[in-house]
Amino acid sequence: MSAWLQLIIYFGTLLLLTKSLGAYMAKVYQGERVFLNPILGPVERFLYRLSGIDPRSEMTWKTYAVAMLLFNILGLIAIYLLQRLQGTLPLNPQGLGAAAPDSAWNTAVSFATNTNWQGYGGETTMSYLTQMLGMTVQNFLSAATGMAVMVALIRGIVRHTTKEIGNFWVDMTRSVLYILLPLSLVLALALVSQGVVQTFSEYKTATSLQSGETQLIAVGPAASQVAIKQLGTNGGGFFNVNSAHPLENPTPFSNFLEMLSILLIPAALCYTYGKMVGDTRQGWALLAVMTIVLVALLSVAIWSEQSGNPMLAKLGIDQAQSATNPGGNMEGKEVRFGIVNSALWATVTTAASNGSVNSMHDSFMPLGGLVPMWLMQLGEIIYGGVGSGLYGMLAFVIIAVFVSGLMVGRTPEYLGKKIEAYEMKMASIIILIPVFLVLSGTAVALMSEAGRATIYNPSAHGFSEVLYAFSSAANNNGSAFAGLGANNPFYNIALGIAMFIARYWLAIPVLAIAGSLANKKKVPASAGTLPTHTPLFIVWVIGVIIIVGALSFLPALALGPIVEHLMIFG
Amino acid sequence: MTTKNKTQARREMYQRAVLDSFIKLNPRWMVRNPVMFVVEVGSVLTTLLWIQSLVGKGEAPAGFIGAIALWLWFTVLFANFSEAVAEGRGKAQAESLRKARQDTPAKKVSSNVKTFERDNVETETVSSTSLRKDDLYLVEAGDILPADGEIVVGIASVDESAVTGESAPVVREAGGDRSAVTGGTRLLSDWLIIRVSADPGQGFLDRMISMVEGAKRQKTPNEIALNILLAGFTIIFLIVCATLLPYSIYSVEASGSGTPITITVLIALLVCLIPTTIGGLLSAIGIAGMDRMIQRNVIAMSGRAVEAAGDVDVLLLDKTGTITLGNRQAVEFIPVNGANANDLAEAAQLASLADETPEGRSIVVLAKEKFGLRGHTVDGMHFIPFTAQTRMSGVNFNGTQIRKGAPDTMMGLIQSNGNGVASDLKPTVDSIARAGGTPLVVTRDNKALGVIHLKDIVKGGMKERFAQLRKMGIKTVMITGDNPLTAAAIAAEAGVDDFLAQATPEAKLKLIREYQTGGRLVAMTGDGTNDAPALAQADVAVAMNTGTQPAREAANMVDLDSNPTKLIEIVEIGKQLLMTRGALTTFSLANDVSKYFAIIPAAFASTYPQLNALNIMRLATPDSAIMSAVIFNALIIIALIPLALRGVPYRAVGAAQLLRDNLLIYGLGGLLVPFIGIKVIDMLLVALHLV
Repeated sequence: MSAWLQLIIYFGTLLLLTKSLGAYMAKVYQGERVFLNPILGPVERFLYRLSGIDPRSEMTWKTYAVAMLLFNILGLIAIYLLQRLQGTLPLNPQGLGAAAPDSAWNTAVSFATNTNWQGYGGETTMSYLTQMLGMTVQNFLSAATGMAVMVALIRGIVRHTTKEIGNFWVDMTRSVLYILLPLSLVLALALVSQGVVQTFSEYKTATSLQSGETQLIAVGPAASQVAIKQLGTNGGGFFNVNSAHPLENPTPFSNFLEMLSILLIPAALCYTYGKMVGDTRQGWALLAVMTIVLVALLSVAIWSEQSGNPMLAKLGIDQAQSATNPGGNMEGKEVRFGIVNSALWATVTTAASNGSVNSMHDSFMPLGGLVPMWLMQLGEIIYGGVGSGLYGMLAFVIIAVFVSGLMVGRTPEYLGKKIEAYEMKMASIIILIPVFLVLSGTAVALMSEAGRATIYNPSAHGFSEVLYAFSSAANNNGSAFAGLGANNPFYNIALGIAMFIARYWLAIPVLAIAGSLANKKKVPASAGTLPTHTPLFIVWVIGVIIIVGALSFLPALALGPIVEHLMIFG
Repeated sequence: MTTKNKTQARREMYQRAVLDSFIKLNPRWMVRNPVMFVVEVGSVLTTLLWIQSLVGKGEAPAGFIGAIALWLWFTVLFANFSEAVAEGRGKAQAESLRKARQDTPAKKVSSNVKTFERDNVETETVSSTSLRKDDLYLVEAGDILPADGEIVVGIASVDESAVTGESAPVVREAGGDRSAVTGGTRLLSDWLIIRVSADPGQGFLDRMISMVEGAKRQKTPNEIALNILLAGFTIIFLIVCATLLPYSIYSVEASGSGTPITITVLIALLVCLIPTTIGGLLSAIGIAGMDRMIQRNVIAMSGRAVEAAGDVDVLLLDKTGTITLGNRQAVEFIPVNGANANDLAEAAQLASLADETPEGRSIVVLAKEKFGLRGHTVDGMHFIPFTAQTRMSGVNFNGTQIRKGAPDTMMGLIQSNGNGVASDLKPTVDSIARAGGTPLVVTRDNKALGVIHLKDIVKGGMKERFAQLRKMGIKTVMITGDNPLTAAAIAAEAGVDDFLAQATPEAKLKLIREYQTGGRLVAMTGDGTNDAPALAQADVAVAMNTGTQPAREAANMVDLDSNPTKLIEIVEIGKQLLMTRGALTTFSLANDVSKYFAIIPAAFASTYPQLNALNIMRLATPDSAIMSAVIFNALIIIALIPLALRGVPYRAVGAAQLLRDNLLIYGLGGLLVPFIGIKVIDMLLVALHLV
């Protein structure tokens, strides 16, 4: 009962905020006046003057892609150097030395690509300066990159017979200035009110209750980083255990806020999309697709975790739900969150490409673990990353429109744009690349000595751990199953490559689609045009996503979580 | 053809198709179709594995590998067979066309001839293959026309049955819209001098043959896009299957039991997963689409045009002959000046007794039907025929003069005889014109009796047809030379969405361009030379076979029946073509779900026997499960050939309903059918002790 109530409050609040934030973002991207203009307008203009950007000049898709790539690679280099040089730089009260080159590469790619996979432990590796100037700045920029690419794609759909799809620098600036910064500021303050730590002071020594031993308590400027980590679907924790850490996520309310922020922008972007294409029903339809898949899988996760573990039951452990016992499989979960909030977090953090955690997914029941893994494998499109989730979803929509368009006897068209060979080629690449990276990455790891060396549970579960790692990296999620030693040269390099390709070899074809669609004529809708906002179409898109996801990953999943489940439950 | 002959011909066609399916195994041919090429490579690999197992080093029993290899070959052959059958139907038609195109003697007119008087023409007999463009030749009754051309002199009846299949002769004459003739047809009467319009091998018949044979078939835009999608899925499944081997090796190590998955099973799984159903039938669907056009006597000049027909948003239809019957008919007699309706009808009938035009006949008929008048010629009747000078016709008898004609002329007649024009004549005439009709004024002894209302008659069923088109999302525009008033009235009656009145060739061209700029695809029919620019501009342009050579060249389809209404059928065929592809793609992908349930538990049975819980079909053994899936995968291609050739039926309902119906049939059907099929095959295999 309380489970239902929590879910209703969660999704209700999310839905409530979707429309207003979505409409606000649409205004921001269309260059219209918003209430923050009086304050931020001068800042924006100053930034353009400073960097010599003419906000009115627009780019072709290729220029846009080059700008995006250059900017991201510069960011990647910056964060790499910060990690390597942090020993000699200020704001390092613990005197932490340089990160290893392979780890620094992995982390640099990870934060530039909005993956935020963490091979390192935050409090034992990164100085405050690296956390702030590296992690936090990249949290903003990588999120804004996703949003910029998304907006460029929307322009491609909306405009016709033009080569221009917007100005990357303007889209970046506006994303950060008008959307991410204000939201983060509000959230960070709210989190501080709940007890999330925000300080430059060195780590605290405390005497533990346990036989008077002393304990070193890591602190730092966490709240400011946690806010954008949640809002920008980044997910890289300030502390090693991420949002399971009491100073990163202390209370049920902070937990609620952090979970809400995971889906907030991806959900609102759907409305932004509808608004910008001039038909909000289109945005609602996509949001419905995402939400239906999410809720279905969420139910599996909650049910699976709440049912408990028969192996533990055999040992006589009480897993029944009662007033004093959350019941179910509590291994790896924080008691202050319980089953529902842990399963909900695990589901939304992998549905969106956030990847922050408040419980250990490795300790979930096999099917409970399958849910986050499969959500990532679906391509991070069920909400997905800010911007990137929606553009990935649109690639699936293009495929769905193509097949269903043929089925009604017309050259397929979406929102007045004909879907032809070029779009199919790019959409196929977008769907193909992550599948390739996940499956072949896992295969390489399993076949190589270095890959197998750090599988600590060599079994179906160990297989799941490797599969999860590559699913996470190759879909830019960043959450880890753990149980796998990943901070070593093999995994740092392999996962780094997967993250890099997954991000940019997807963003480029998306921009190519944007350019191609922008160049097309707009076909007026008629009774022969397939409507793309109806329940039927929603069901069809869900069908395509599920079928493609299932067909690509069912064999692998069968050898991991599915067989593990069958072994436990017989 | 007798039934026996037909069966014989059909048997020959199938024998030929079987042979062709083997010839098409040539890898250079197969590589055009990536999906089936992968199957062929898989067949070769399993065959090699089978040979290896025969010499005793196999990864599985030779019988099992051999059976898999055999069924993979069948899969390729079935796909080739579907294509061969589709081509075979066209080939039969091409064969009969080729007979018509045989080398014929031609009477070439010496080029120095100045006057084309029949007796002055000097000719030399040459072979038809030596005729070149712009040469002149003479044909006389009984001759086969040696080449395509434009009539320069003469009028004659031509038997075009070799091309159109229609045995009624048609009249062809110099000048006007019926001046084009086709090589291979036969002159029935008179003589013609013809200017050759195409070099040998470039003629209409040649193009038609190459089209129906599919020799020049190029992939259409949608087909290319679909091929990319199918290739994408094929790559995904290649990755899935290739990585399954390392996964399996690791699982064996980790669980400490069983043996890794065999290459044979991996290949079997791959072939079952890649979209072989649509991949195998794709080219047959395209060829069959062209073939359906041919069966309706429409020759499409490219597959692209057929596909574009399905996308058409706007149909431009000529009023006369398409929307209305060719001629106007009398529908009402309206007396004026206090005259009696009966008198008017009688006078009108008498005035028209000698009038052989359809309008004239319809007046006689109307008077008979409405007033029971049977017009009799009386001795001493003197009929005045219509002439361009008098612009009226009529009859004189017993001193009575009856005339009928256009209102202006008749009012002139009345006034010039000093009679006043009746006050209600002009309003009556105007109201008929406003309603889209043509008024004819009838006078007796130079006084107006009344007005005959001649009306364009909209063909039966057109209104329903246009309503259907509207449901399909297609806008209909009527093109007419009439004034806007008349045009509007007929447009309203016929139920078209819009009209273009007082249409000139320039206006037509402009209208097409306007629609195209708005992103719409336009289809039109035409026959005259002045239609040629508009035909060239339209996305789907259907020329009447009776039309002129320029019209036929500008168009991308030719309707041999010269039936302008056929445009609607052409659109439906185009839609059917796309729908069939979409439906079979959905079916093919939905099929895969069941195959996982058959193969995954079987493939890992030795490592993880627990996975047998996924064997929801309760297939007998791992081997029988894999065999059943492979066999089903091959047989479904054969089972769907008729659907591929016939096409998914198109119904004129909205897109949303069409999608719902097709998703239910091909999506849900595709999900469920293989569960049943695989189970049945498995039961058969067990019953026959084959596994």
